[in-house]
Amino acid sequence: MTPDKLLVTLFGLVTIASIVWFFWLVKKPGVKAALTTGGYQETMVLVKGGYTPDVIVVERGKPVRLNFVRAESASCSEMVLIPDFKKSAQLPEGETVPVEFLPDKPGEFEFQCQMGMLRGKLIVE
Amino acid sequence: MQAKTARVIRDGKEADIPVEEVLVNDLVVVRPGEKIPVDGDVIEGSSAVDESMITGESLPVSKKVGDEVIGATINKTGAFKFRATKVGKDTALANIIRLVQDAQGSKVPIQRIVDKVSAFFTPAVMILAIVGFVVWYDFGPAPALAYALIVAVTTLIIACPCALGMATPMSLTTGIGLGAQNGILIRSGDALQSAERLNAVILDKTGTITKGKPELTDVVLADSRWQIADSGASPAIGHQPSAISDLLRLAASVEKSSEHPLALAIVEGAQARGLKVSDVQTFEAIPGHGVSAGVEGRRVLIGNLKLMNREGIALGSLEEKSKTLADDGKTPMYVALDGQAAGILAVADTVKEDSKTAIAAMKKMGLEVVMITGDNERTAKAIARQVGVDRVLAEVLPQDKAFNVQKLQLEGKKVAMVGDGINDAPALAQADIGLAIGTGTDVAIEASDITLIKGSLMGVVTAIQISRATMRNVYQNLVGAFVYNSAGIPIALGVLYPFFGILLSPLLAALAMSFSSVTVISNANRLKRWTP
Repeated sequence: MTPDKLLVTLFGLVTIASIVWFFWLVKKPGVKAALTTGGYQETMVLVKGGYTPDVIVVERGKPVRLNFVRAESASCSEMVLIPDFKKSAQLPEGETVPVEFLPDKPGEFEFQCQMGMLRGKLIVE
Repeated sequence: MQAKTARVIRDGKEADIPVEEVLVNDLVVVRPGEKIPVDGDVIEGSSAVDESMITGESLPVSKKVGDEVIGATINKTGAFKFRATKVGKDTALANIIRLVQDAQGSKVPIQRIVDKVSAFFTPAVMILAIVGFVVWYDFGPAPALAYALIVAVTTLIIACPCALGMATPMSLTTGIGLGAQNGILIRSGDALQSAERLNAVILDKTGTITKGKPELTDVVLADSRWQIADSGASPAIGHQPSAISDLLRLAASVEKSSEHPLALAIVEGAQARGLKVSDVQTFEAIPGHGVSAGVEGRRVLIGNLKLMNREGIALGSLEEKSKTLADDGKTPMYVALDGQAAGILAVADTVKEDSKTAIAAMKKMGLEVVMITGDNERTAKAIARQVGVDRVLAEVLPQDKAFNVQKLQLEGKKVAMVGDGINDAPALAQADIGLAIGTGTDVAIEASDITLIKGSLMGVVTAIQISRATMRNVYQNLVGAFVYNSAGIPIALGVLYPFFGILLSPLLAALAMSFSSVTVISNANRLKRWTP
């Protein structure tokens, strides 16, 4: 094996390892939704090539309001779904769209775009 | 879909105002051809209203004073005034829109498996692309770097989690939309998937198979018998033997003063035949027996056997006829004029026009049809015979309905329960699928998995057909997306190269990727063309 092939192989293995680490091994801490005076647990979610933050931690039993702001024109992200709470919303570009629901069960739930390409996680504690 | 403005009477003046500003209890005027702005009750005038966008019912529905009108439906012929009862986000239309949106955002259970796969999909494809790069670089032909790059890029492009991710939501959205167009509100993807796998349907009798409202069915004279209901349309007055008209007119005149539900059936029966009821001079209700009254100078008695015995009226052959009527599931009432037995009026809860067709269709779909009712066995069997139901659960108390549903489930069946909502709620919840029929009330919608806005039992058949069509569409999409990816990715990686020298260009891969998404969307759209 020539040095360049060895290098490419090594580089490939390292990249694979980092993909595995990034997608499956690393635990993202998540952002805790802030409790507002209205009694809602609120947070902004920026929609641009993904959801930021993509892990949101909320408390069980208190209503949640996620304010989605879509800052891109790619049609991929024009809808957000939270299937476990039967919620969906159209996200017009640049507008703030609140999605409200009551997290009445603990666990980890996903929110995603209509094609399931962009994903975020909602942790109910 | 909603009207933009409403014509409201305020301070005695008519004014056009935006529909958002209509308040509960406002008086709204609707002219022919206009859209009804909000929900309310008619207080003046009458008309025919096209409710097809809410109920899917193609024929206009007649509306008179006291009837409910629904916002966004179209007024056809007449002008009327109504009092707004629900405005803004409380209207039936707003509720339906919210419900459909929520359902479209829900998940078909099969989607959970797809989600698990999708979660692995993206990183797996990235890893495969790197493996492809390394393998082609290390072992591929020259120029190794160019080949390795092409293979890696093509793999990344051709892999289409989109098709996989869209496969179920696209069909679900289309299927639920299709239901809404036909007056069927499917509340979630769960309901859709369960409805596809049903093998038994339990139908509540009153209000589901039948109209849930008693109607006059027979008028029997002391000597001859003349039936009304079985002759179809009511014959013109001129053709009615005058003795029958007299009997019915007098009875209706008396019953007009009564509050008994059966009395209303007699009054409506007389009015439907164009008979003019008179005013009563004296009226006495005898609890548990019937009524006694003076009309047109004659003494009229209407009631049961006990009343006739108490008054010492000889019934003769009427008693036998009364038994026959009761055997048919009807409620007979004796009528006596001036101390002489005159005849029998029979009232029954009649079967909806298309119940029989719907039940036959359900059987044809391979479903076992069971009728459940709190009524006595005799009435239940009579109705069951009429509509072709073989299995009858009679004399079931409301609180035991859920238990009976469970019994059927223990036989290993997937059971649907169809009821008219509120008092069936526990049974609706116990069933694998609860269908509330002929109602737009919030309580019924909450308790059921599928709501049929139209009162017809055919809605049950349509709902199951839509579920089956949608789920078939989902499976087709999933299989398509799976086959595409499992064939496309290896080809992009160049598995065909050693044997046939075929290597995909990134351009073709991009085309194939778009094409797979287009296929899934087109297939889901194909569902829109579905008709009952």
